[in-house]
Amino acid sequence: MDLFWQQLINGLSLGALYALIAVGYTVVYGIVQLINFAHGEIFMVGAFGAFATWVVMGSPKQMSWQAAVFGLLPAMIVGGMIVSVSVALLTERLAYRPLRDAPRLAPLITAIGISVFLQEVVRLFFGTIPGMPDAKRAIPFPTVTGISGRSFQIGTVTVQNSAVFTIAALAVCTVFLWFFVNRTKTGRAMVATSQDPDTARLMGINVDRVIMSAFAVGAALAAIAGVAHGMRYGNIDFRMGFLAGLKAFTAAVLGGIGNINGAVVGGLVLGVVESMATTFIPGQFGSPAWKDVWAFVLLILVLVFRPQGLLGAKVVDRA
Amino acid sequence: MLEVKDMVVAYGRVNAVKGITFTVEKGQVVTLLGTNGAGKSTTLRAISGLLKLVSGSITFEGQRLDGVPAHKIVERGIAQSPEGRRLFRRMSVEDNLKLGAYSRKDPAGVRSDLARVYDLFPVLGERRHEAAGLFSGGEQQMLAIGRAMMSQPKLLMLDEPSMGLSPIMTQTIMRTIRTLQSEGVTILLVEQNASAALSLADRGYVLEVGHIMFSDTGRALLGDDRVKRAYLGAS
Ligand SMILES: Nc1ncnc2c1ncn2[C@@H]1O[C@H](COP(=O)(O)OP(=O)(O)OP(=O)(O)O)[C@@H](O)[C@H]1O
Ligand SMILES: [Mg+2]
Repeated sequence: MDLFWQQLINGLSLGALYALIAVGYTVVYGIVQLINFAHGEIFMVGAFGAFATWVVMGSPKQMSWQAAVFGLLPAMIVGGMIVSVSVALLTERLAYRPLRDAPRLAPLITAIGISVFLQEVVRLFFGTIPGMPDAKRAIPFPTVTGISGRSFQIGTVTVQNSAVFTIAALAVCTVFLWFFVNRTKTGRAMVATSQDPDTARLMGINVDRVIMSAFAVGAALAAIAGVAHGMRYGNIDFRMGFLAGLKAFTAAVLGGIGNINGAVVGGLVLGVVESMATTFIPGQFGSPAWKDVWAFVLLILVLVFRPQGLLGAKVVDRA
Repeated sequence: MLEVKDMVVAYGRVNAVKGITFTVEKGQVVTLLGTNGAGKSTTLRAISGLLKLVSGSITFEGQRLDGVPAHKIVERGIAQSPEGRRLFRRMSVEDNLKLGAYSRKDPAGVRSDLARVYDLFPVLGERRHEAAGLFSGGEQQMLAIGRAMMSQPKLLMLDEPSMGLSPIMTQTIMRTIRTLQSEGVTILLVEQNASAALSLADRGYVLEVGHIMFSDTGRALLGDDRVKRAYLGAS
């Protein structure tokens, strides 16, 4: 039973990471019906942005946990967000917007191209920025005193401090998103645009701006996930966006693509299923190597039996 | 107030509107009549900025409108209730109406206009928190018109507002149009119900396959043989 609780905690923290990234897939899809396959790389550049912020701050190593949690960590998150949001907006402006009226396949292929492009740019050029280490191999992520590598016990269950951070960050973001979508003018404009873009324009909504805010919101959450990933695994590398992005996309589809709550639920469910599968499935099928297999088996099952996802996709209804 | 000159609008390579010219004077009710596919909705969509012109021009209050993005056109004072209502079906009545006022920056004015729409269409007020998609066709049409009024337009364009409405509701809509006109709102009306539209209209234009065939005052068109034959069901 202790093992169950342990794996539940592990699964929820992993799932919270997926969920933070999944929101970006789902908000963009909800508005422009684009699967932004480069979103995993937005998460990756967010982590690198956070790392760069730490370098710019003078690579501080020894500090009290208060200084780390209330100074360094917020600074890294903001730095990561600035980088990820800027990159996301640039991709939207330069790559996706010119293809707005093109056949669906064109932006999809473009997204895959941007994904490879961003990986290669980071791999080849991150190290050429003065002060930054070479990024061809994994880079150790700065230690946030009090969180990185620290854990505490509840009975026999070990809880990583980074897991608490990730889950708390997801909770805060979910509340923020709810407020944004339901209580702000831009949020209402976003919902209107996702339901009927032409009519949204007749209301005086600047649809280009709405699309940009969708990319920005998704990128900001991805940057938080990037920092959470760095603290959880202790290092970052230019490839980290690939699998994480694929999992987060799976989570978004699982929850119902286009549905923000669905992305959160889908992420958590996926994380828990992965961690439970590696513990409770006997024999070699329960080995860590099979973790990703179970994640995608879950996706296939959901797509077969409930194609609209767990919470239902927001299919655009144009009357 | 509104001048459309030699306007050509195309979908892909096919011209749907093939060079039309008409004007709407301030304070008038002007109606566009025409068979299905004549290009009436296309004309309204082009004025609202949803479609680009191939050639020609649109001028509103002395300023060029063609090339202005759709959301800016609302700010200039032109609203449209589109064909088929196009409500935000999963949003409440009130949210739909508030989106109609999206470009406004006077919350007090928005509140009083909201009250006014509820006054005009009581059923909307009674069920203001229900999703728009749950309403009957006629009720949805009222909401679409109310939503267009919420931007406080100088020029209100209505694309087949009586579609699917009972005769009584059609009368209510026509009365509403009259009221709006008396308050100084200029109206461009596209209607299938030609007799209702023409009895309101100061001027009517008859479109056929992308061309304006003829135009006259509403009253004169009501008595015109060609109009009678084609749109009023007389033989
Ligand atoms: N989205 C579109 N794509 C391609 N062609 C279109 C599109 N919308 C309209 N058309 C064509 O343009 C022409 C004019 O259509 P429009 O909708 O303006 O007619 P209308 O006068 O409003 O007709 P109705 O009375 O049936 O509403 C028609 O031939 C129609 O088939
Ligand atoms: Mg039409």
